[in-house]
Formats: sequence, structure tokens, C-alpha cells
Amino acid sequence: MNNQAMASPPAMCFDLGHVDRIPLGEGRTFRVGDREIAVFRTRAGIFAVDAACSHRAGRLADGLVGDGKVICPLHGMKFALATGQPVGHECAALATYRTTLTATMHVELHIDEASGSLWNTGS
Amino acid sequence: MIMSPETRPAPKQRLVVIGNGMVGARFVEEMLARGASERYDIVMFGDEPHGNYNRILLSGILAGTHQAGDTFINTIAWYAQNDIRLHAGVRVTSIDRLAKVVRGEQHIFEPYDVLVVATGSSAFVPPMKGLKGSGAEMKDGLFAFRSLDDCERILAYVPKARTAAVIGGGLLGLEAARGLLERGLEVHVVHLCSHLMEMQLDPAAGAVLRDTLLGMGVHVHLETLTREVTGDTRVEGLAFADGGTLACEMVVISAGIRPNVSLALESGLTVERGIVVNDEMRCVNDADVYAVGECAQHRGQLYGLVAPLWEQARALADHLSGRSPGATYTGSRVSTKLKVMGVDLAVMGDREPLHATDEVVVYSEPARGIYKKLIVRSGRLAGAIVLGDAAGAPMLLQAFDRSSALPDNRAELLFQLSATEHKPSVADLPDSAQICNCNGVSKGALIAAVEAGHCTLKSACEATRAGTGCGACKEEVRAVVELAAGGALREDPSVHYYVAGVPLDKAQLVRAIREQRLLSVSAVFEALAGGSEDPSSKAGLASLLRTLWGKDYDDERDARFINDRVHANVQKDGTFSVIPRIFGGVTSAAELRRIADVADRYDVRMVKITGGQRIDLLGVEKEKLPDMWRDLGMPSGHAYAKSFRTCKTCIGTEFCRYGVGDSTSLGIQIERRYQGVETPHKIKLATAGCPRNCSEATTKDLGAVAIEGGKWELYVGGAAGTRVRKGDILCVVSTHEEVLLYMGRFIQYYREHARYLERTFGFVERLGIERLRQLLVDDSEGICDHLDAEMQRATDAYVDPWTEAFEPVHPSQFVNVLEPVGARGVGEFMVPA
Repeated sequence: MNNQAMASPPAMCFDLGHVDRIPLGEGRTFRVGDREIAVFRTRAGIFAVDAACSHRAGRLADGLVGDGKVICPLHGMKFALATGQPVGHECAALATYRTTLTATMHVELHIDEASGSLWNTGS
Repeated sequence: MIMSPETRPAPKQRLVVIGNGMVGARFVEEMLARGASERYDIVMFGDEPHGNYNRILLSGILAGTHQAGDTFINTIAWYAQNDIRLHAGVRVTSIDRLAKVVRGEQHIFEPYDVLVVATGSSAFVPPMKGLKGSGAEMKDGLFAFRSLDDCERILAYVPKARTAAVIGGGLLGLEAARGLLERGLEVHVVHLCSHLMEMQLDPAAGAVLRDTLLGMGVHVHLETLTREVTGDTRVEGLAFADGGTLACEMVVISAGIRPNVSLALESGLTVERGIVVNDEMRCVNDADVYAVGECAQHRGQLYGLVAPLWEQARALADHLSGRSPGATYTGSRVSTKLKVMGVDLAVMGDREPLHATDEVVVYSEPARGIYKKLIVRSGRLAGAIVLGDAAGAPMLLQAFDRSSALPDNRAELLFQLSATEHKPSVADLPDSAQICNCNGVSKGALIAAVEAGHCTLKSACEATRAGTGCGACKEEVRAVVELAAGGALREDPSVHYYVAGVPLDKAQLVRAIREQRLLSVSAVFEALAGGSEDPSSKAGLASLLRTLWGKDYDDERDARFINDRVHANVQKDGTFSVIPRIFGGVTSAAELRRIADVADRYDVRMVKITGGQRIDLLGVEKEKLPDMWRDLGMPSGHAYAKSFRTCKTCIGTEFCRYGVGDSTSLGIQIERRYQGVETPHKIKLATAGCPRNCSEATTKDLGAVAIEGGKWELYVGGAAGTRVRKGDILCVVSTHEEVLLYMGRFIQYYREHARYLERTFGFVERLGIERLRQLLVDDSEGICDHLDAEMQRATDAYVDPWTEAFEPVHPSQFVNVLEPVGARGVGEFMVPA
């Protein structure tokens, strides 16, 4: 992994399947590579951030979502879905990932320089 | 003879009122308010040369807190404006009942069809030597304390005196003493009895009050009979029967009042201590003559406090105006709230026990001038004295006025046991609560005045007359007006919102949801929050919508907290706990074996007995939940939800040698009926088979405790978590069915009216147990049928959520982690391992 991180960051695109795998308004955790990413299907669009809360590693995909924010189910830490920034607390920001919706209603998750940090954040 | 309008529409009858004091004038005002001027020509006699004034405020004039002008209720001009002929300063000399004529000084002659005698009372001057100087007048420096003129004479004399004696340690005497003290005099109170205010206080309370007065610098001489006022033409001192003396420059006599009945006596009306009247306030030996006020003797009773006298005036006006010819006055339970020399005092009913079975509850804290005494008869308040503690009095006055059942724990009446913070008591009072006891103005009337646009204290007082009597209620009036005016002092309006994300309080929100038929959380956000979906508001809205719509609720699962999506309680590591329902904590060997097998089969990391008498299987992955539920074959225990959780029980009568009620089967019944009912916050219940309370029912959200005699005490609002609070007794009932009924009613009311995440302890404190009893036991607003029906609907709609093990609402409902279905590289191709 470190080797890969040192190399020029590869751009990757993962097909997460039909959007209905995620119930409207909820999130699900996806295992992407050796990472887990929470993907949310909100009424205002699809967002992807790190699966684990930067506070105590709560599963953010289980959190309540709305108004562009997710609330961690364990201790109520809030994060902005578009930026990963903490809202009203001091915990570290979450990495965010770009998503797109295909013509067949499949969700695509993009891991590339612009959105991500799959390879160069963490540990 | 008084005739109804049907039999004699015209001409008008002649109504003559003798007496223009507080009651006579009040009676005429009440008549005018009932349109009686169409029916009567009204003539009044008043022997003081003023309009009508508020005698209660005389002590304020003496103390300098009020001006004479403040005390006028009706000016001379008012009488003319209302077509009332007032003979001010004219003393009535005789009543010729045969000719039906009243004669006054200055050859005044007024025939009447109906006569009302409201001659009031005068100061009683006890017999003693040296009252008069050289002439017939009282000695210089010697005064009675009864009228505005007395007041002015006293004030004029104050600069000539350094020391004043007040003869009489009753209410009026102490008020006079306060006034003189405020004027800078050294004041001595000389009282015949062994304690102060013996008409209102018992000896112990009198002693506490005396100590308080001593602390203010008033000298108190008890059991002291004044024999003589010394000095030739002006007061030089007092001589007492025990041989003692007191040097002073002025003396104010305030030794009680005597009804003015000589006129009635001379005209042949039946007079005992007062003018004897029946329930119509009609003289017993002359059907055309009525008496009202301090001069009237009704059912053997004379009244001297303003509230009952005004009740008489209202009843008489109802009767005579034709508004309600059958109206009667049936007597008053005398209670009053007042300030004695700045000390709060509330007295009501009996001062001492009358029967051997009467309970007497006393609390005394002389150092702080506090004394409280309750006389309890058959579970109701028969009398009370509350000295030095204004906060506790309103509730007791309510309990006394309504004769409502008292909590078995009498201490609850004396102290606000449950409240850590001192809340303004007015918020807890029902709308019917009387705030101004002089003018009979209720909290509801004040609120109505504010809502009608009287938004300042002054304007609301003017509109309702609240606070214009003795003024003792001013602070409460202010609090009610502030409350009704919408808390202009409040910093953040959102504290009233049901949830932060929708700017409406619960009542407004419910109305909007019903009116617009908003069936889902997203619809509420769309319609009422501009489409902005505050995530922290979702679960609260979901709870409310389910309560409001039941089966019609459009259950968007994303509005649920994770626990309610997967029907288990999330733990710190993201695993879940599984707690099956064990009704009333009663299980069996077979059930335990099954639980043990499931725990083995699913590698449960901990098996734990919970505080609610159930078994918790901890450390379960989300995916395993449905299989475990199926294998357990037991319903959900809802240990994760904002809902009815559990009903803890004790062994009750089946095995326990102390049990007096079958708490075990009652608990099972309760749990079967109310399992899973959604509530604004979790509710935990318990039943106890005897007052030993082993199941800790008194500190549950709802608890039933069996007591001897086949009864159950039903506690609500208990807590033993973030707060520790003993519940309040909502009611005492006899059967399991009644326990279930009242519990259901309370739960439904809590569902409909509590804020989201407001526990029952806060809710009960916010509303007050008295209010809840009125609503849920007395059915004061007629809502109980509705509550019972709604609760029935909620229990009928119950479905065990663990049946979703067989029919998940979504294929990924219990999935922990999903895998992508494919991947492709962009540019440099790379596939993850």
C-alpha cells in the first residue's frame, strides 16, 4: 500500500450497483479496496465519505442524514457530506469521494486525485 | 315585591342601597354589568363624603406606599355617568318598612321597591378610661383606624409623635403598625390575646410572626389589657391592667370591627350578630329588604374578608338583576393570601383539628420566619396556615378551594420535593386558578385579556381589575401576564419548538400536520421547513407522525435512528444488543434454555441480566439479527426505542409473604398491552406488590404500588437516571383494569403533549400533578374518551418489529457492508486486490 501511495495516484472507478441498493435517505458502507466508504443517497444527491467517524469510529452509514449533513449514531458528531468538514466539533475532517450516477441508475464511486485520498490518507 | 320583567315590564323599580363602601358599590357595579339599569332606578346613600374607595389600601396610605387618590374605585362623577343618584355624606336615619321609605339626614326621603342594606362595619373601641379629652371628641393623638379620614388624621399627627402604640394585634392592627413603622415611629403593639392574629393564626404561627416582628423592631405586648389612655387633653401614654405603663404620644385603636346593625335593629329587621339573611341574601322577615357585606349574617356566619363579600355581591346582583333570578349564595370557604408587614401569609379553613381523626401536619422553621400547618380531613385539606413562604401557597389554596384529594405523602404539600429549580408557580396553575383573590380574576381571564391586546401589566390589570384590590397578587399577576405575553424576555424562540428544524411549537406543528395532512417526515420538511431536512429533527418528527397518523403514517425509514431501523441497540463498536421481551420479567426454564442455545450458536460475547428484568445478548453483528430473532422465537423487547420499554415487577402475592397486590400478573398485563407504544422518550414502568416497593415503582416513569385495602397507588413522573425523582401519585384505584386505564391515559396524553425527548419527570413537573389529575382523573376538559380511544388505536396497531426477520423492508436493511459490483481503472489501469 505504501508503495502504491508513493506511485502516481491511480484513478479508479467503482461500480456500486443500482442506486436502489441504498434506501432513499439512508447510507450504506461499501468495501472498496481495503477501505470502507459510506455512501449516502440523500434527497439532494449522492455523497461518499469515510465510513468511520473520526471521533470514535462510529459507522456513519448508520447515521441520520439531511440538510447536507450526517450525524454519527454513536455520539452525535455532525459532518458536512460534501466537504467532510466537522460541524460544531473539533474532530478531524473526513475524506470525501466523488460519485456519479450512470444512465442505468448505477452509482459510480471515483477515487482520483481530485476527490480522494484513498491511497494517501489514513495511517 | 319584586316582579320579573314578563309580569311588569315598566315602569322601573326603585332600588335603594344603603352603604357606599366596598361591598355596596361593588354590588351596584355588578348590577350595572348585568344591565340592571334598564330595570331599576338606583339610589345610594353613603355616609362618607367621597365616592367609593378601597379600604384595604388604607394601610398603604399610612405606610406611604399609596396616595389617597390610588384608593378611589369610583369617583363622584362615575355615579352620575351611570345614572345613579348618590347621597354622599348623608347618614340614613330610619327605614320605614311599612311605607317602604328610607329617610336620611337633611330631610332626604327615598321610597323603594327593593332595599339593599350594606352598612358594613365600624371599628370596635374597647371600653377603657381616658378616651375623651375635655369635650366629646377623642383625645388628641388617639385614633381609630377604619376610614380614609382616620388615615388622614393619623398622618397629620405623626410629626408630633416619636412613639406610637397600636391597640390590637390583629390583621388591621399590624397593618397600622407597619404604616407607623414606615413613618419612622417607634411602634408598640398591645394585644389582649396570648398570640398575634388569633383570628387567622394558631399559637405557634403567632409566635413565629411575633419573632419576625421583633426582628423588624416592633415591640409586642401580649396578654395586655389597656385600662386607660393617660394624658389630659392629649395622649401621653397607656396604663395597663397589670399595672404596667407605656409612654407614647399617639395611640391607634384597631381592635376589630363590629357590624353596623343599629339601623336594621331599629327598623325591626331580624338581627343577631348581623342582619340575618337567607341564601338569596334576603332578610328573613322582610322580602323586599336584602343585606350584603360585613353587616349580613348568613347561615350563622359573618364575613370580613373581601373575597366572600364580593361573592355575596355577585350572587345578589345575579338574583336581583333578573340575570339569574334563582341565584343563591351558599357561603364561602374562607381563604386568603395576604402580606402582614411584608410577610407572606395564606390562611384557609380551620386553624385547629375539629375531629379526633383529623390529621395535623406541621412544619416550623422560626429562624426563617416560616411556619406551615395543614389540617387534613378525609384526605382533603380542611385548613392551612402558610406563613413566610409565598411559593407554596397557591397549590394549597387550589387544593382547599376545590377540595381535591391530597397526595398521600403530605410532605409534597409542604415542599416542592421534586423540583430542584424553583419554577414560577403560575405556569403550573390551571387556567381556572384564581390569581387575584380580591376581584376573583382567574389566570385564564388574565390570559384572555393579554390575548385581546392588553399586553402591558397595567393594561391587563385595568381590563380585568386584577391586582387592584389588596395588591398582594401583583407578582403573580405580573408572572401570568409575562407568561401570556409570550415570554418577551426569552432569548431564543426555538426553545419552544418541538424539534429544532421546524419553527413551530408542538401544538402549532400538530395543527399544521393535521390541516395539511402531512403523512411523512419529508412532507413535513417540504411544507413547513422550506425543504431543509434537519437530520437531528427527523426522529422526533417520525415519532410524532406515527402518534398522529397511526397506520396511515408514511414510514420513511431514513427518518429513523439506526436502532429503530434494525430494532436493536447500537453499541460502541457498531455491534448490537438483542433483548427479547420477557413479560413482567417472568420466564421459564425452556425459554432460558432457548436463549442459552441462541447465545452459543451466535457466539454472543456477553449475556447480561438487565435492570428491567430481561436478558441482554451483546456484541451481535447487524447481519445476524434476523436469524437470532427467528431462533429465539420471542418478540422484541424494544430496549432500543423511544417507546414503552418494560414493566418491572416484584413477586407480589403469589409467593411473597408481604404482598398485598398481584403485582406480577398486573405487570404482565401492562407489558402485553403497552409493549412497543411509541412515546416522546423511553418509558420504564414497574409494579410493586406492597409499599416495600422492591421493584422501585415510585421512581419509574409510571409505577403502580399495591397498598392495603386492595388498592393501587399510581405514580407518574418518577426517575432514577439523569435525575432522581419520586413520582407523583396520579390516583389511587382498586382494580388492574383501572391501573391499565389510567396508565394508558397518561401515556397517551404524554404522547400528544410532551416535547420530543422530554422524559415524564420533566413533563409532569412542567404541567404539575394537579393539572394532570384534573385532566386525566377528573376529566376537566372532557378529553379522556379521546385519549382512551387513541391509546386503544395505538395498541391495536402494534406489530412486533422482529417479524421483519421474515420480511425485511429493504434487501440491505440488515447488511453491514456492501461490495461494489465492478471496477475499472481510468488512465493507468489498476484493479484492487
